[in-house]
Amino acid sequence: MVKLPIYMDNHATTPVDPRVLQAMLPYFTDKFGNAASRNHSFGWEAEEAVDKARNQLAALINAKSKEIIFTSGATESDNEAIKGVVEFYKDKGNHIVTCVTEHKAVLDSCRALERAGKATVTYLPVDKYGMVDPDAMRNAITDKTVLISIMYANNEIGTIHPIREIGRIAKERGVIFHCDAVQAVGKIPVDVERDGIDLLAMSGHKLYGPKGVGALYVRSKGPRVRLTPIIDGGGHERGMRSGTLNVPGIVGFGAACEIAGREMEPEGARLRSLRDKLQAGLFERLGEVYLNGHPTERLPGNLNVSFAYVEGESLLMGINDVAVSSGSACTSATLEPSYVIRALGTDEELAHSSIRFGLGRFNTDEEVDFVTERVSREVKRLREMSPLYEMAREGIDLKSVNWRA
Amino acid sequence: MSYSNKVLDHYNNPRNVGSFAKDEPGIGTGVVGAPECGDVMKLQLRINDAGVIEDARFKTFGCGSAIASSSYVTELVKGKHIDEAMAIKNTVIVKELNLPPVKIHCSVLAEDAIKAAITDWRSRKAGGSVQAGGQAAGEAAIADQRARG
Repeated sequence: MVKLPIYMDNHATTPVDPRVLQAMLPYFTDKFGNAASRNHSFGWEAEEAVDKARNQLAALINAKSKEIIFTSGATESDNEAIKGVVEFYKDKGNHIVTCVTEHKAVLDSCRALERAGKATVTYLPVDKYGMVDPDAMRNAITDKTVLISIMYANNEIGTIHPIREIGRIAKERGVIFHCDAVQAVGKIPVDVERDGIDLLAMSGHKLYGPKGVGALYVRSKGPRVRLTPIIDGGGHERGMRSGTLNVPGIVGFGAACEIAGREMEPEGARLRSLRDKLQAGLFERLGEVYLNGHPTERLPGNLNVSFAYVEGESLLMGINDVAVSSGSACTSATLEPSYVIRALGTDEELAHSSIRFGLGRFNTDEEVDFVTERVSREVKRLREMSPLYEMAREGIDLKSVNWRA
Repeated sequence: MSYSNKVLDHYNNPRNVGSFAKDEPGIGTGVVGAPECGDVMKLQLRINDAGVIEDARFKTFGCGSAIASSSYVTELVKGKHIDEAMAIKNTVIVKELNLPPVKIHCSVLAEDAIKAAITDWRSRKAGGSVQAGGQAAGEAAIADQRARG
């Protein structure tokens, strides 16, 4: 028996794990001190809780505790990393190398710097699986490059980049490597030493922690990375991020990281098998379904597919007891189809037909069975209503049609 | 953004989905929109010699509001003379379906579909081969492909 509505949008956000919530609660009412209050026990116990969380985060990515600074979320962490590096190292250069499929927090930060005349940016393309080419990276780096920014795994299509190789290239050329690892941390092994990462952004609400808290890992040695802060105030977090710490949020984030580290392997295996089952079920029941992203180098819970001839938002409407998301223009706030799917080089029509399933800790086998049936039924119904499906079945090559838009 | 009841109704119980037979006389076909925009509407009207719309069929690739707009249009035009139908404004559709601002373009496309279907019927009646509709476009495309072999 499945409980409706079913949530399969875990790349957008995740529910707070009950164990995480338990850890957080005391810090709202009993242990409510400001972690920066140095002179009394309320402050000391809050500071102790924050230190514990720092350790928990550091352990998950093989960093040192002092290298973790807390922020309001990964968007802020990305902003701080990119703007902070460009400002601090402006005498060394002002060129950034990044990639077209990065999260908007990275892309818009880069664009803001370009507009302000503070940086020039190279946006590397990706291949049809969404992967960046390390050789293209090598060729793009100049003696003015101060930052490389490449995400660990993509939030829409799940593709995992060749991070270790990029880390090596960054080391070779002496360029700081920033990695938005929001979707990867807690799901696949991330190791800042093994991977050669110098700055890393992570987010609480993507791994069953609360919203409103994130972190930025800042390498202290080999090399020591310096940043100009974007938020000024009382000099908290070693001067890098002022502002009273969100103690309950941080405690939750820490607890979530510890759970994720412990359960990563079995949970990853379970999600991979659920995802593969969903994928096989849909491909068996329907023709003309296309996978978006890499078939193997992919986040365990992610499935992004396009159902040809069926527009994404209409499908979401039809499966309104299942929460997923789509790359169609109609579902975006800006009415643009997914720029990530477009970057893969697939036909624009398939971008409008894409659906992203994000399986997570609380999804079950029964839910996957239910969703497989539901989606298949609705796709068939919508195809019967689709003029494109009709034309395709009659043997018309849609690309040769003269559309009057 | 949750959907209006009228839109949901048309989506779940669309009116007049389908296509007329290829050899049926008196059919005008309008195909508007483009796949890369995420919106394609095909509207077919059976119009008698007096210029009255007797029946309609639609197929749409697009969001719920686009489907609802085209479904509603098939009800709206039945029984109307083509001159009357040509004068239908998208605002009628917006009002009926309570479309929010961001979905108004769906109603505009539906208005265009009516005009395209009637124009196609007129050109066929006049014996012309003007490609005003998808059926014509589609058939021409198939013939083209076959010729290229």
